Amino acid sequence: MADSWSHSSPGAGGLWREVRASYAFVERNVFLVRRYWGWEIAFLVYNVTSSLSVMYIGKAQQVQGDQLILYLGIGTLVWSYLRSVFANISEMISWERWEGTIEYTMMAPVSRLTHMLGVSLFSVAYGIVRTAVLLGALALFFDVSLGHANFVGALVVILIGSLSFIGIGIMAAVLPLLFTERGEEMTFIISSVLLLVSGVYYPISVLPGWMQTVARISPATYVLDGMRATVLDGAGTGQVLRYLVPMALIGAITIPLGMAVFSSVERYAKRTGRLKRSG
Amino acid sequence: MRTGGGQPILATGGPRQVDAVAVEHLSKRFVRRSLIRHRPIQTVHALDDVSFSVRQQEIFGVLGVNGSGKSTLIRVLSTLLIPDAGSVRVFGYDIGRDEAAVKRLINRVSVEASFFKKLSAMENLLYAVRLYGRGGAGLRREIEQILVALGLERPRIGQPLEQLSRGMQQKVAIARAFLTSPVLLLLDEPTTGLDPRSKKDVQEFVIRLRDEHDATIILCSHDMDEAERLCDRIAVLDGGRLVAIDSPTGLRRRAAAGAGLPDLTLEQTFIQLTGRPPDAVDVEDGQVA
Repeated sequence: MADSWSHSSPGAGGLWREVRASYAFVERNVFLVRRYWGWEIAFLVYNVTSSLSVMYIGKAQQVQGDQLILYLGIGTLVWSYLRSVFANISEMISWERWEGTIEYTMMAPVSRLTHMLGVSLFSVAYGIVRTAVLLGALALFFDVSLGHANFVGALVVILIGSLSFIGIGIMAAVLPLLFTERGEEMTFIISSVLLLVSGVYYPISVLPGWMQTVARISPATYVLDGMRATVLDGAGTGQVLRYLVPMALIGAITIPLGMAVFSSVERYAKRTGRLKRSG
Repeated sequence: MRTGGGQPILATGGPRQVDAVAVEHLSKRFVRRSLIRHRPIQTVHALDDVSFSVRQQEIFGVLGVNGSGKSTLIRVLSTLLIPDAGSVRVFGYDIGRDEAAVKRLINRVSVEASFFKKLSAMENLLYAVRLYGRGGAGLRREIEQILVALGLERPRIGQPLEQLSRGMQQKVAIARAFLTSPVLLLLDEPTTGLDPRSKKDVQEFVIRLRDEHDATIILCSHDMDEAERLCDRIAVLDGGRLVAIDSPTGLRRRAAAGAGLPDLTLEQTFIQLTGRPPDAVDVEDGQVA
């Protein structure tokens, strides 16, 4: 006799089922990180060496004190985290296509919100762990003083900033659905542009005027400014509201908009048979 | 079969039993368009005005050459494709309006094992059953028991699936179906490419699924022996159109009568109905599934 749990309708039981399904994505991705441990190490080494390279550029300027090194270090760490969150979410479709599992996942009795929630939860947790490891590695090479940093404020900044990046990641995830052959390349271009304009390694004031305008709509700009204010200057949480508000606003707009666009594009993909086709 | 707690009731028996699947005038085409002007370059009529119904706990076969529309039909039933015309109901639920309800009732085993190849059988199945809302302390043990029952040695349960034979991968796919207890199971050429022993094992599991889980099964194949052995009724698709539907014996009798012969094999019946052998590829007039 078929088990009733698998056919239960929405309600308290349905909510619990969605929570379990959300956990399914987290657990699956943890398994994948374990299995692809070789690549994880390779990318981590790349991140460490590229971050160190940037920080040594700072050291080479021979500026008094360690502000420049910290400035660059925060840039590399924050960007590493945000890029990881964005990539995990925006590439979820193209990656499942590559694995050949996209139809099974799309066919499962899981709401798209649950799907996104599970992928986002993993992205944030994975990003935090990875960035912590990166920070630990960088700390072996640079001895900088963080006694005045407001770490609680920094945590608030990064968490609210994560929401805005989750929203952008969801919006970017539609590209591989829409453009089966080129969608993944497009998401890569988006993250590259964000890297350029968001002040990762320099203040946005050095950019041309039109780039500064673009920078103002990049959530990464506010995350970086907020992190530098709390860590470098020890700014209180109240003092970084001017960064938190735009980030929260971007997240509040992009997450529901991204979900709506994704659902619409998913229907388009099902009408045109683009779900399965791989690039 | 009654599901618990205010759920959709799946009628089991009695004069008003709802069909497991009811397809009416289903059509699906794919249009390839030019990049700039978006003009149609090629139109493929994958399904053309297909109508049939499947009774509960029936094993319903769909036979056709490669490109005849079988996989397209399975994808429509799986909610992976939206039809252009017609209606499809699964246990009374419309696949368009009630997609969430339909998804809770179905599962699919396809010709290619849809797994994360680097993950083990255990890891893949944990993911699959959690997607279907299962959890609990005994889940790993249950998965292990099913995999061992299917012939997978315990030490291999933790090995990446890519290290298992294709036959074993398909058995893991069947295990996934067991664990999620679908009311409607869609099998898209599940034994293609398998060795005879694995093929027989998979076929027996299919029967077990029907008998132990009251599942209704739609089986797409171009293996005539398999279809004849397993199916209660068979539909023959050709160029996206349904050309015949009957029990294996009924199809053979009708074809034999039409040919003026005492009997025909199912393969001969198929050739008579479609003009082609089952392993042909349908590329006539751009009609490719």
